[in-house]
Amino acid sequence: MILRGLWEHDLAWSFRRSPVTIAAAVLTLTCVGAALAAPWLAPQDPFDMASLNLNEAFTPPAWEERGLRAYPLGTDNQGRDILSTIMHGARISLGIGFASVLFSLVLGVSLGLVSGYFGGRLDALIMRVADVQLSFPAILIALLIDGVARVALPSERHDDIAIPVLVLAIGLAGWVHYARTVRGSTMVEKEKEYVQAARVIGRRPLAIMLSHVLPNVMGPVLVIATIHIATAIITEATLSFLGVGVPATRPSLGTLIRVGNEFLYSGEWWITVFPGAALVILVLSVNLLGDWLRDALNPKLR
Amino acid sequence: MPLYRLIAAALVAAALTVAPAYAKTLKWAAQNDILTLDPHSQNHATTNSILQHTYEGLTRYTRDYKIEPCLAVSWKELSPTHWRFNLRKGVKFHDGSPFAADDVVFSFGRIKQPQGTMQIYVTGINEVKKVDDYTVDFILSGPVPILLRNIVDFRIMSKSWSEKNRAQNIQDYKAKEETYASRNTNGTGPYLIKTWEPDKRVVFALNKQWWGKLDGNVTDVVYTPIKSDATRVSALLSGDVDLVTDLPTQDVERLRKDAKLKVLDGHEVRTIFIGMDQHNDELKYSSVKGKNPFKDVRVRRALNMAVDRQAIRKVTMRGLSIPAGIMVAPGVHGYSKQIDIVPKYDVAAAKKLLAEAGYPEGFEFTLDCPNNRYVNDEKICQALVAMWARAGLKVRLNSIPFANFIPKILNVDSSAYLLGWGVATFDALYTLQSLVRTKTTGADGNFNQGRISDPKLDTTIDAIKIATDPVARDALLKEALEKVRDQAYYVPLHHQLRPWAMKKSVSTVHSADDRPQSRFAVVK
Repeated sequence: MILRGLWEHDLAWSFRRSPVTIAAAVLTLTCVGAALAAPWLAPQDPFDMASLNLNEAFTPPAWEERGLRAYPLGTDNQGRDILSTIMHGARISLGIGFASVLFSLVLGVSLGLVSGYFGGRLDALIMRVADVQLSFPAILIALLIDGVARVALPSERHDDIAIPVLVLAIGLAGWVHYARTVRGSTMVEKEKEYVQAARVIGRRPLAIMLSHVLPNVMGPVLVIATIHIATAIITEATLSFLGVGVPATRPSLGTLIRVGNEFLYSGEWWITVFPGAALVILVLSVNLLGDWLRDALNPKLR
Repeated sequence: MPLYRLIAAALVAAALTVAPAYAKTLKWAAQNDILTLDPHSQNHATTNSILQHTYEGLTRYTRDYKIEPCLAVSWKELSPTHWRFNLRKGVKFHDGSPFAADDVVFSFGRIKQPQGTMQIYVTGINEVKKVDDYTVDFILSGPVPILLRNIVDFRIMSKSWSEKNRAQNIQDYKAKEETYASRNTNGTGPYLIKTWEPDKRVVFALNKQWWGKLDGNVTDVVYTPIKSDATRVSALLSGDVDLVTDLPTQDVERLRKDAKLKVLDGHEVRTIFIGMDQHNDELKYSSVKGKNPFKDVRVRRALNMAVDRQAIRKVTMRGLSIPAGIMVAPGVHGYSKQIDIVPKYDVAAAKKLLAEAGYPEGFEFTLDCPNNRYVNDEKICQALVAMWARAGLKVRLNSIPFANFIPKILNVDSSAYLLGWGVATFDALYTLQSLVRTKTTGADGNFNQGRISDPKLDTTIDAIKIATDPVARDALLKEALEKVRDQAYYVPLHHQLRPWAMKKSVSTVHSADDRPQSRFAVVK
């Protein structure tokens, strides 16, 4: 019955009607699955330094003349299998993407709820901060936070803290959209009768916000979050491409593209093209899913 | 078009018409920026290379590294420990003040200050005495057979300018101090440094009052540090720069085939090596507690044997290196093929040595590595991490920009590090004294950041400093270099080959000390 109910649901209906969305979902699931299962699925463990053979570095993909079957997409400048590094790299990229989105979501939604529910000076303060932040591009804010963290923290710890710092930087750069959306919805919701009823029977503001308002403002938040995952992955890739992201010994997709970029002129295209393609596929399919979700949840388009 | 743009355009047009017909700009790019403008502060090839355009010594090198007069016109050895230099008359510093004996005496006192790293160039000189305004005497502590080569890099600053600007002291680079002299220059050389925008560019202009004559025709030089290999090559291919002096190894073949460019082959007297902390009783960055594994010669030998130098040469360097067994490169006096024996690559033997030393499971340590200084530095470090992993050693790689790396190793805050050592004097003593001699004061051990201390070697090195008989001196050099090799005090990796690429319209002289001299360059 439940399954049947899900199948009949509006969302499922619109999902079934859109082949692009189905393709995007399949691709996203494949990417996420491959990334999650990388330690078991990948042909080589690129972090096990002892397994790397420098003499097999720069091997082209298997179908090229000098290619080896052991390395289907070839190897990089250190003899790492490209396919395995992409799988492990996607794991790091996705991990950072999800974690930073979760961080901005929690931060943005809480601030938005508080701002919309209480209004007044607090609202003005939070929204002005948001306005100021909106006038900077997200990548600049992430760079700023990342740069400050690098200077403030001892250099020998950089590698260990690189990922938390990135999550923080990307997360802090993205909270504004959540806060603005939630604030708007909250202002609408708090005037409705059920919220007033809750207030009349004496529930405390925090309880009202969490148990009455929040569930009713989450729809748009989910849409933003889905699209934001794609943006966060791109931001991480950009930071890593600029060399301020994750360290080269534990590469994410952006690091792989940066490293491979050096070898474009000398003809070793596969080192950068495959991670680049993986990034495009991942971000595109997540974006398409987000677009679909936005349309499906938008009452005006129904 | 806004008014200011019109004015700017008019000014540019005016400048173009007014500029003399022979104005030629050399746009030169390499990987890293200079560290300072203070000529006595940092013994760093790029910094020296830029500053030699502006600051001069009493002697200088010709195109083929012979000694010729510079700020001194002649000299005489009054006794083995007493030299007399006659200074060039009529030379003016860039600020217009005249050059005289007082400036030499002042500069000698300055370069010797302990916060600098250039004392090696005045090693063995006890005192510089003014005889008259254009004569100085060098009083030596013992014979210095390579005195004239050493003092090429003893660069003369103006006493009055330094005093006026309170720059009598060398900046304390380790403490990140800035002084007037670390941001401004005032030398006697062929070019003035107009601006230095860190990490962006250094702009030079011809010193029209220069006493010498240019061999080339370059009147303006713009040096641009471009860290990214791909960007640097793109800049050359697109014509944004005329000359690149450190090519990414992977692009050399392609650049050779480009019809608009030419590649000038040459080697560099620089050896890339790994240094290890052999002083502290416990390594700062390691899993081993209570003792220092690098004090054990077996561990150092194991590290040496686990490095596949041929693979680094073939893959990482694309053939542009000579695998090294000793700490000086071909072209340096003291080098010979017979003693440059590369340790055999043997992982099993390395494991066995580690087990004998008490580390059957290996151990962990951190390797500090610059990522913008030497050809493929970071990639070499990554390859080393993999190679050592096969011998059971877990190495954490800490790769950082050179500007952060240098204070770290100068503060002896490193357990193992990658460094390259170029030999400015073309004599092996330079390497032995700086890298191997026990650290005392002055140049002795001033880059011995693993604090190697071998009293017998110290005796040999001190003997080399004053040996006047060439045959005996060569024997001592050989003995010392072999001892360093056999005791594995360092892990030498390779000697760098350094092709340069430039536009067809540019010609210059390749310099094995990695210091391109714009006065030799011709731009058509």
